[in-house]
Amino acid sequence: MGIATRIAIVAVIAILIAAGVMMAMRPGMMPRALTVPNPTTQTINRGEYLARAGDCVACHTAPDGKDFAGGRPMPTPFGNLYVPNITPDEETGMGRWTADEFYRMMHTGISRDGTLLYPAMPFASYTKVTREDSDAIYAYLMSVPPVRQKNRPHELRFPYNKRDLLIGWRALYFKEGEYVPDPIQSAEWNRGAYLVQGLGHCAMCHTAINALGGSRESQAFEGGMIPNQNWYAPSLTSNREAGLGEWSIKDISDILQVGVSNRGAVYGPMAEVVYNSLQYLSDSDVAAMAVYLKALPVGDAGPAIPSSARLVAPNVMETGRKIYEKQCAVCHGAEGLGRPPVYPPLANNQSITMLSPVNSIRTVLNGGYPPGTKKNMRPHGMPPFSHILNDDEVSAVVTYIRVAWNNTGTPVTPAQANELRKLLPE
Amino acid sequence: MKGALFVAVCSVFSGAVAQDESVPSFKTLDSMEARVQGCVTCHGQSGQGTKNGYFPRIAGKPSGYLYNQLIAFREGTRRYAPMNYLVAYLPDTYLREIAEHFAKQRPAFAANESSAADAATLSRGETIARRGDAGIGLPPCMSCHGTGLTGMEPGIPGLVGLRSSYIVAQLTRWRVGERHAAEPDCMKRVATRLSETDVAAVALWLAQQTPPKDASPESSNVVRMPLACGSQR
Repeated sequence: MGIATRIAIVAVIAILIAAGVMMAMRPGMMPRALTVPNPTTQTINRGEYLARAGDCVACHTAPDGKDFAGGRPMPTPFGNLYVPNITPDEETGMGRWTADEFYRMMHTGISRDGTLLYPAMPFASYTKVTREDSDAIYAYLMSVPPVRQKNRPHELRFPYNKRDLLIGWRALYFKEGEYVPDPIQSAEWNRGAYLVQGLGHCAMCHTAINALGGSRESQAFEGGMIPNQNWYAPSLTSNREAGLGEWSIKDISDILQVGVSNRGAVYGPMAEVVYNSLQYLSDSDVAAMAVYLKALPVGDAGPAIPSSARLVAPNVMETGRKIYEKQCAVCHGAEGLGRPPVYPPLANNQSITMLSPVNSIRTVLNGGYPPGTKKNMRPHGMPPFSHILNDDEVSAVVTYIRVAWNNTGTPVTPAQANELRKLLPE
Repeated sequence: MKGALFVAVCSVFSGAVAQDESVPSFKTLDSMEARVQGCVTCHGQSGQGTKNGYFPRIAGKPSGYLYNQLIAFREGTRRYAPMNYLVAYLPDTYLREIAEHFAKQRPAFAANESSAADAATLSRGETIARRGDAGIGLPPCMSCHGTGLTGMEPGIPGLVGLRSSYIVAQLTRWRVGERHAAEPDCMKRVATRLSETDVAAVALWLAQQTPPKDASPESSNVVRMPLACGSQR
């Protein structure tokens, strides 16, 4: 073998090796071990997930504003609150907060400077969040782009603008403490309870709020009107409302995460919760919430309620039926069976038959689209009828769907329809 | 293409609008037609508008314009409570699809609304629309919305087929700063040059115009626009 040949062979081998090394170093070809995120990245990712579960963005972002920069007005029966900037801006946000201070705020409702927070911040729920999870959320919030935007002062009426009053409120309605797992229950149930009671802060709407803006633990998840939103948040403990005792785990998971299910769809404020928060939760976390929620109902005492159809004046029933056949049956079916999960059934739908008719009336007036979620990007929607049906017609058709097909709802009056119509702008 | 034109011509001359254009109905469940039933009681089955109220015709407007409006309604930068509510939780991709769906529709135009406007008013309206008013730095509507008033791709809406009450409401909202478009907001510059009388005049004249046979928007960049418009970028 000549020297030239040898050099050529060595050169070829060298080139092949170099090419091999280059191949191996292309982006995406590096060994897996090197691409595992460092602990900080992992914590921030987990914090982002938990911040989704807590739906921080929904309140702390103004419409068309920058994420977490606050400024969103939150109307309350006591005046307007303006949600603060929680971006890590040093001057106007939480840039100078420590993880300890953040945990104290989440756990006790006391801000960095010692002021007591108004309970519009769901610290009565967030108190159940573990220190580890609080730290992860803190790490995530510190990692988002800081936005310089001064907080707007609250506009609460006297005497609610006196924060000292909160001492009394806290004594009545606030119980501090992280979630304590129930050893009798499964790990899945406990995970669900932790999410529902803690970050999910479901009680903020699904437990009645009294005149002092408080809610009693003894009435937990028993439902109530949502102040200033004019939607009724149904009871999660009654199978006659939004109690899920008779639902399959899949249907519960679907309505939480997908936004539609074989039993019904979310609308109103719950659509916002699914859109901003629940659609991002893992299948296993959603299933855990479903297991916990399904176990919640305490059962409904008393015999089954008969249909009140015979109590409705025949002419009202006939008006309702005619409107239903013309406007509603194409989607919800002549017998109210719907086309689930696309169009919800109205027969045997707790959302229709529950005691408060507010949501049904509003849905007829306003229509609505379920949220577009990762698992249902292109939801079907319902048109508004407020400009087509007068108060008599709205109340007739809502009465019809509440009592037809052995539904156990009660009739509604034109005055109820009129009251909700007046609340709707334009 | 010829077929489509033929259909468009026929539908323009057929005149009669289906009686129940605002009642929900669809053929296939998994279709855009079914998905947009949430729009039909106000905008009609094909976006042609309805007799009820002042809801605008949206059929055939450029998809870029419709998409911008849907986003603005979702974000609350264009305020109309019933629309804000309906689209509040719909993702960009879906809003784009809805916009494209209505942009493709070419339903028949409703008959022009009857008007008791006097000749002087209509003449002033026509002047504004065709020639503008150099004295107040006002370009003609047609310089951007097209000589057939069918709009321009990608972001300028057609005006033909709109009711005067809707046009007055929109111009007024622009004048008082309630409605905005992407900066630079050319419509703001236009609307703030119009007096209340001019708004009424141009709206009345526009509402009387017969749509051209092909109501498709003009393609962009064929003409130079007199004002810079953010929505054309």
